[in-house]
Amino acid sequence: MADEKSVLLEIKNLKIEGYSDEQWIEIVHGIDLTLHRGEVMGLIGESGAGKSTIGLAAMGFTRDGCRISDGTVLFDGMDLTTATRGERRALRGSRIAYVAQSAAASFNPAHKLIDQHTESSLLHKVNSKNESEADAIELYRRLRLPNPEEIGFRYPHQVSGGQLQRAMTAMAMSCRPDLIIFDEPTTALDVTTQIEVLAAVRDIVDQFNTAALYITHDLAVVAQMADRIKVLLKGDEVEEAETRKMLADPSEDYTKSLWAVRSFQRDQKPPPPANETPLISVKNVSASYGPVKVLDGVSFDIYRGQTVAVVGESGSGKSTTARCITGLLPPTQGEILYDGQVMPPKYQDRTKDQLRQAQMIYQMADTALNPKKSIGEIIGRPLQFYGGLRGADLKKAVDQLLDQIELEPSLYYHRLPSELSGGQKQRVGIARALAAEPSFIICDEVTSALDQLVAEGILRLLDRLQKELNLAYMFITHDLATVRSIADVVVVMKEGKVVEMGPKDEMFQPPHHEYTDLLLSSVPEMDPDWLTNLLEERGVDNIGDAAHQKKT
Amino acid sequence: MGGVLPLIGKRLLLGLGTLLVVSIIIFGAVELLPGDIAQQVLGQSATDETVAALREEMGLNRPSYVRYFEWLGGAIQGDFGVSLANKRSVAEQLGPRFANTLFLAGMAALISVPLAIGLGVLAALYRNSVFDRVTNAVSLVAISSPEFFLGYILIVFLAIQNPIFPAIANVTPDTDLAERAYRVMLPAITMAMVVTAYMMRMTRAAIINLLASPYIEMARLKGVPNSRVITRHALPNALAPIINVVALNLAYLITGVVLVEVVFVYPGVGQLLVDSVTKRDFPVVQACCLIFAATFILFNLIADVGAILSNPRLRHPK
Repeated sequence: MADEKSVLLEIKNLKIEGYSDEQWIEIVHGIDLTLHRGEVMGLIGESGAGKSTIGLAAMGFTRDGCRISDGTVLFDGMDLTTATRGERRALRGSRIAYVAQSAAASFNPAHKLIDQHTESSLLHKVNSKNESEADAIELYRRLRLPNPEEIGFRYPHQVSGGQLQRAMTAMAMSCRPDLIIFDEPTTALDVTTQIEVLAAVRDIVDQFNTAALYITHDLAVVAQMADRIKVLLKGDEVEEAETRKMLADPSEDYTKSLWAVRSFQRDQKPPPPANETPLISVKNVSASYGPVKVLDGVSFDIYRGQTVAVVGESGSGKSTTARCITGLLPPTQGEILYDGQVMPPKYQDRTKDQLRQAQMIYQMADTALNPKKSIGEIIGRPLQFYGGLRGADLKKAVDQLLDQIELEPSLYYHRLPSELSGGQKQRVGIARALAAEPSFIICDEVTSALDQLVAEGILRLLDRLQKELNLAYMFITHDLATVRSIADVVVVMKEGKVVEMGPKDEMFQPPHHEYTDLLLSSVPEMDPDWLTNLLEERGVDNIGDAAHQKKT
Repeated sequence: MGGVLPLIGKRLLLGLGTLLVVSIIIFGAVELLPGDIAQQVLGQSATDETVAALREEMGLNRPSYVRYFEWLGGAIQGDFGVSLANKRSVAEQLGPRFANTLFLAGMAALISVPLAIGLGVLAALYRNSVFDRVTNAVSLVAISSPEFFLGYILIVFLAIQNPIFPAIANVTPDTDLAERAYRVMLPAITMAMVVTAYMMRMTRAAIINLLASPYIEMARLKGVPNSRVITRHALPNALAPIINVVALNLAYLITGVVLVEVVFVYPGVGQLLVDSVTKRDFPVVQACCLIFAATFILFNLIADVGAILSNPRLRHPK
């Protein structure tokens, strides 16, 4: 066994190029990185910073259309940039393992978990089939998966997201690698599930003295996991320091700006006068998908000019409520009132004016915009449909909307969605909603696919538009930081029911409903001791179970 | 398996419904012909009396829906009526011929399915290589050429210039199996060439389509060799489209043989259909069409069921 603290991975002057528009463009510009055995380094930055590309390069792997153009990747003395394919393949899975962002997408749907788990150790001839299976069950137990004896014999779609993510961490450990690359392993998870996975990852890395590169855009998460943090921006290193020092005293302006992101906050608006009619009133609504009941007696009101944040884990019925309000899914029971008037349950039965009043902005701006239509056409369509505008009037109205979302009309009118960044696409989604001149907009996880800085820009824009146009928002999110910054009223949902609701200022003060408390306390904080303290508070040994029990 | 059986049951019912509609169309098409069968049979010069007599004899004076149900009821029991040309039972004529057609299609399938899937996997594995390009080009040529043309080319090269296989595939009921297989080799190869191309291209496309999936990247990052990535990680997930294209092509093998059977003078259903059309032997034409339709629907059904069974989410519900 080599020295406990010897250098395991040394990347020098790594340059990576990507192929686009028929030429090679450098996307990583000379990164140096040194990782010792047993050390965890956090790589953070926005999308496009090159985090994942660098993480994969540490395995000697580049995605299709990328190539390492310069530099060396020394893993335990072997240069992976010059190693043969066979040599690199021999390392992958056995000495360097990878944990992907979405375990649900990264497990092969056609095979049982345990067969995928044991594949590496069988291929690399580390263990026999029986030994590998016994070891898999042991690892499942250590990662506190329920029914460790049995869970591996299920198919990926039969296991929940958080459990899959832990099973994937177990799979990475199957050959006891020296290094694991964690590529945003908790980004796709709910906060309560995230804690289970974070605790499991930290435990297992400690137990086996495994080194890790922990890639994430979430600062609070990296603060819990990493010994050192390296900040990246557009393929360049901004700075690197020991975690506590980095959090307490970042030296670069860019890092400070990342730290400051969570500062946007607007004050809660005064509650509306008692006699005001709510703009939208959800009254005792139940709904089902086929035989499965997903909403059970949901009621809440939304007043003009106010923002109601609906929070809860995935599957709690947030988006389904939105579908009921817009008429996409007629409720099986209950009704939707608009300004005191009952709305027809099906959107087909609603008048144009009723349809116009409630608009939606979606999470994935990518898929919500027609890729074949120009920005001008996308925004112009509701103006034609609802406003009956044509020709020069239409062009003028589109230009005004583009101005409102802070995109220069002359530059963007003729572009296609694919030529826009994620944040810009989301702005176009907002303009399309505004084009109908609604009084009410449903924002379904509109910032969760965006980087923090970009997300903040969107929140500020939405806030400004609300002030200017007296809009009401229903803000569906699982991100409590977003709720804290923009909500007036918070509705907490769980398993199709409203468990608690009230003005934001009250909701963020104890005492809470038990479930609200679980949600709130699960949001990672920038304090590097937060996870440790929380685990102690909840009982160190079975954090996963504890979180799970509280949920059910 | 609880989730799968009702799904399969639904498909079966749908298939039966489709077959019923097709039977109405087949029967109706003959009804819509100018004049009626009696007139067609007897020709222009027949007197009104003889036509009326024949009409009476064939029961054509009764309403068409009554005759439809009679015909359908008979067909369900395997009785397709009597041939107009030789007064023999249609089923009797059709039976051995249908067996011949199935045999030819089976031979073609035996050649084409393993070849197509093998080539498709190899082309996906070595995509953009010389091998891939050549296979793609050759398959494109095979798809684009009409079967009868391919058939004649094969006759020229494999029967006339190099007499390896017989140019005429004449089999009789007492030809033994090996001899039979030898004699149908040229038509079987001809048909295999056409369908192999489709199946191979689809297999290749279905696999390559999956290669960008996160789980394929994960397999590579686990150190899985390329060949295993394709066969173990991509192929099982590409099965649904592959099963579909294979089943549809098998259906085509049976129903699309008309031209090839004529070129090679093979005594199959296709030959019979062509002969009966020229002889205006409507009961035989109707029976052939119904058999072809049933085969086509059956293979579609198999494709659907196969695709359902290849999906682990349906095979192993939560």
